[in-house]
Amino acid sequence: MYKIIPERDKLVGRKLSDHFGDAIEQQENLADMLSISVKKEVIKDLLLYLRDDNELQYNFLTTLCGMHYPKKEQLGVVYHLHSFVNNHRIRIKTSTNIENPSILSATSIWPTANWMERETFDFYGIQFEGHPNLKRILNMDDMVGFPMRKDFPLEDQTREDKDDAMFGR
Amino acid sequence: MQDVNFHSMSEQQDLKPKPTTAETPDGVSGQGFFATSLEKAVGLARKNSLWPLPFATSCCGIEFMATMASHYDLARFGSERLSFSPRQSDLLMVMGTVAKKMGPVLREVYIQMAEPKWVMAVGACAASGGIFDTYSVLQGIDRVIPVDVYVPGCPPRPEQIIDGIIKIQELAGNESLRRRNSKEYEELMKQYNIE
Repeated sequence: MYKIIPERDKLVGRKLSDHFGDAIEQQENLADMLSISVKKEVIKDLLLYLRDDNELQYNFLTTLCGMHYPKKEQLGVVYHLHSFVNNHRIRIKTSTNIENPSILSATSIWPTANWMERETFDFYGIQFEGHPNLKRILNMDDMVGFPMRKDFPLEDQTREDKDDAMFGR
Repeated sequence: MQDVNFHSMSEQQDLKPKPTTAETPDGVSGQGFFATSLEKAVGLARKNSLWPLPFATSCCGIEFMATMASHYDLARFGSERLSFSPRQSDLLMVMGTVAKKMGPVLREVYIQMAEPKWVMAVGACAASGGIFDTYSVLQGIDRVIPVDVYVPGCPPRPEQIIDGIIKIQELAGNESLRRRNSKEYEELMKQYNIE
């Protein structure tokens, strides 16, 4: 079972603020895991640092996915990292504005990010700069819009046989 | 235990299984011959030897497995030979939710089938999208391919699927030999951009 290691949380927090300073916006413990919000400009350097630093060695990208905050008009990306060496997990968050959402790709750091970023692009419309093949992966290629954004209507818009008032069209 | 009715048991023995024979179509018969129209003879052959292609994507497919198994035994209707190749099948049975991404695949399978071919939409999802009124699910397979029989239910019971098969048999048995060459059929195919 996964065990929380507070010393390790502190070590990661300290090393990151020493190295990246103001780019680290927030550090908190959310759902039993250290959660660090960072500015999107440093995201690629930060992920690379986490992977290659001798004390940290976060060598595995568990998952990566998008977020949408409609009130803040922001899109975001969450990275879950796992260090097999130290058996420790952390969560990295970064955000971008919704008008021109773009974040540097992590494909050159972990090749597994390739499909995860395609999925995030597919559902949230986040552009990953430097991705080798950024196109839809799960939805139809001719789809318009990004279905996991909060303003996307859930119901299929091509149906005419249902009463709009009852079905949220 | 005392009330065993031996009389009714012996009556039941009279109901021993007879060889299954198809109903004889209208025609002229005499000593050693039987004459009917080619259309009726072909219809008879087609309806009693339908080869279904199961396109099972979810729970309706499980009901279909029950339909094929010994208890409901679809073999009684001449359909025990499932064809997993569209080239050799007569009846496409679509059972389950079809995602929009699956639509072109389903269309391709239909196109690969040889004429004459029939399509059965089993369950609410195949017929209309069912409860999945959402951006990712095809809202009924009749948006991609023409459907002959719709079987409602979520999922339908095996009896309902058998009822659908019997409806298909009626269609196959009474179909004119020229139907697939008719103007109406051509227009139907054109509606779906097939051929």
